[in-house]
Amino acid sequence: MKRLVPLIITFVVGTVLILSVFIPPMEGLGENFTLFFDIIAVFAFFLGGGNLVRVHFQKMSRKSDDWEFSIVTLVGFFVMLAAGLFKIGNPGDIASSVTADGSLFQAIYRSVFVPLSSTMYALLAFFVASASYRAFRAKNREATLLLVAAFIILLGSTPFGTMLTSWVPESWSIFQIPNLAVWLMSSPNLAGQRAIIIGIGLGVVSISLRLILGLERTYLGDDNA
Amino acid sequence: MKKTSMVVFATIASLFLLSWIVKGMFSEGSSPYLDGFLVTLAAFLTLAIMSFLYKDNPYYKFAEHLFVGVSAAYAMCLGFWSTIVGNLIPRLSSTVSDFFQVNYIEGDYNIFFVIPIIFGILLLMRLSPKAGWLSRWPLAFIVGTTAGLNFVRYLRSDFINQINSTIIPLLIDWNGFGDFFSNMNFSATGQLVMMFSNLVIFVGVVCGIIYFYFSKEHTGWFGRASKVGIWILMITFGASFGYTVMGRISLLVGRITFLFKDWLEIIS
Repeated sequence: MKRLVPLIITFVVGTVLILSVFIPPMEGLGENFTLFFDIIAVFAFFLGGGNLVRVHFQKMSRKSDDWEFSIVTLVGFFVMLAAGLFKIGNPGDIASSVTADGSLFQAIYRSVFVPLSSTMYALLAFFVASASYRAFRAKNREATLLLVAAFIILLGSTPFGTMLTSWVPESWSIFQIPNLAVWLMSSPNLAGQRAIIIGIGLGVVSISLRLILGLERTYLGDDNA
Repeated sequence: MKKTSMVVFATIASLFLLSWIVKGMFSEGSSPYLDGFLVTLAAFLTLAIMSFLYKDNPYYKFAEHLFVGVSAAYAMCLGFWSTIVGNLIPRLSSTVSDFFQVNYIEGDYNIFFVIPIIFGILLLMRLSPKAGWLSRWPLAFIVGTTAGLNFVRYLRSDFINQINSTIIPLLIDWNGFGDFFSNMNFSATGQLVMMFSNLVIFVGVVCGIIYFYFSKEHTGWFGRASKVGIWILMITFGASFGYTVMGRISLLVGRITFLFKDWLEIIS
């Protein structure tokens, strides 16, 4: 029961979805399975939320390190959850969008979620700068290529790059840095990306087949779980 | 709490309180004090995250923990309204559909939509130490769906289509040697550059794949092709790195613009 049933489910669902591409009458079944997947994925979000609450309540009850901040997490979680589920402050009725302007959910999204997420990612600019200082050393041919490519891309996206090679005549415009940056992105970069993508594609196809056939079982965890 | 920390906290709290009051007094709109509070809160959270550049501190931890809680609830709410209310309820019950004011979708196989609910509940069993093994069934469904969908999708888009796009003409607008040498054009869309680009793409992809092929020793012509593959990959990594840096910097510019324009109103 613990291992056989999941293996059968994986096999049946995977096979049906592959067959639905080749057999038109099965298309509807494939679409429904995709919808089932989306619905289960929402329950996975609920599981994540439940686990978050459990972990932070445990942290608070055990008075672990920085347990005070768990209160912040829980307050943020429950306020946002209530604002979203009950559509607090939503100017429309129950049928209106949860993200409607004027709702508490949208206000928290704009004033808390957006500043926090974008600043978190923006912060990486500083760490990337310090990482590039260490990585961008022309120690050998390969490192020099990496350095030059990155430098052209960075310079090509700034007005300084445009100014630097504005004297190059139009008939030789490929040597203007912004054009060179575009060419780098659309030719050598595309070739490298494509080689990587083909490798990923083959890897995904083979691992999918192994999962459907039950050869790959690590997702089931160990028997004692 | 140390005395210094208390002083810092009091200073920061009074500064942001002052900012709220000032913004509330000079804001235009139906609810100026609420708008002022929201902008001040966003500014405080932005600065709290940025304070990590100095060192890990309680303000950063506060913002970080708030982010975790809010983003988890955000994903749950969007999932509930878009998928459960948008896709599941209209297929399950006309009464509940009426309550949520969504159109009931009639269908002969609607009863099967009980399956994802059962699987969803089984997934929540993960939280129970004794019945946790039951969560493997929905997990198996998720894995099976992902494998089934990805098998065809990746084979089509990441393998066949990529190879198809690589088999490209190496001679573009070819009208003979005379024309070619008399119309040499180095512009970004010129004939010579286009031909060279296609050659780079074709050779680059082949050499890149050769580099990833480990079943044959990389010696002789195979080794040389593999070396070219490394060069192409290094250019790719460099370009991707440069592009990522630009993306992060533009985000940073966005946040700084918010601080100076929307919050402090120093720039217009």
